[in-house]
Amino acid sequence: MSRPDLAALEVGAEVASRTVQVTRQDLVRYAGASGDLNPIHWNERFAREVGLPGVIAHGMLTMGLAVDVVTAWAGDPGAVVDYGVRFTRPVPVPDPGSAELLLTATVGVIDTEARTVRVDLTVTHEGARVLGRAQAVVRL
Amino acid sequence: MGLNPSYAGRTYPATAPYAVGREHVRDFARAVQATHPAHRDPEAARALGYADVVAPPTFAVVVAQRAEAQLIEDPEAGIDFSRVVHADERFTHHRPVVAGDELVTELHVDQVVERAGLAMVTTRCEIADADGAPVATVVSTLAVRGEASS
Repeated sequence: MSRPDLAALEVGAEVASRTVQVTRQDLVRYAGASGDLNPIHWNERFAREVGLPGVIAHGMLTMGLAVDVVTAWAGDPGAVVDYGVRFTRPVPVPDPGSAELLLTATVGVIDTEARTVRVDLTVTHEGARVLGRAQAVVRL
Repeated sequence: MGLNPSYAGRTYPATAPYAVGREHVRDFARAVQATHPAHRDPEAARALGYADVVAPPTFAVVVAQRAEAQLIEDPEAGIDFSRVVHADERFTHHRPVVAGDELVTELHVDQVVERAGLAMVTTRCEIADADGAPVATVVSTLAVRGEASS
């Protein structure tokens, strides 16, 4: 797979985007794969009892889905040396149906000496950002 | 209610080793809809210089959460898990996690603060391999809603 050319990057340029659908089955799959069995991610009754609008996606699932646009762009899953987010808004996942996430990755900072790029991620659901300060540092 | 502020600065002993399996990496990659072949195919991973399939960047949360359970499940810490909201998460990878790793985690409670009816606890997991070399640092902040605000 090809790797991005550091010298050709420009701050502010969009490098990748993707639309992702999340269903209740995806939440169960993530619960199983991660070991995070919190019922707010699969039990409608429980979610409502604790004041949520319904079942919501794991913040960590949204975080994990989002970084793949960076990994795919970088061409090497080991190139992501730092990745942090704030969880600013829950993502309700309907049944039936799915929640749609729009992911956009732009170049935030280029460090030519360290040969790293900070990629800034925008993740929105129904027009509102669900992650804040979502930034991944990639070593090229 | 409330978090026990005396827990700030506490360090827990290293966990028993977590053995990273190839199928677990594949299952996690599928769950986060990860597309790079190096997450699934050992040959694709070796072509990039890795010993085996490479875990997605957020896989370390699986390892970290097992260590964090020492704090969350400690009744003296005062964390009501039904009132917990995940506030932020950060991974610093000293090297990627690959299948075959045996990972040991040391949990640190870096901060316990109360503000505006929320108790915030920040933990840091230092994950190392079987030789003691650092693999990842995972910093996580949980917000615990006060009873009055629910």
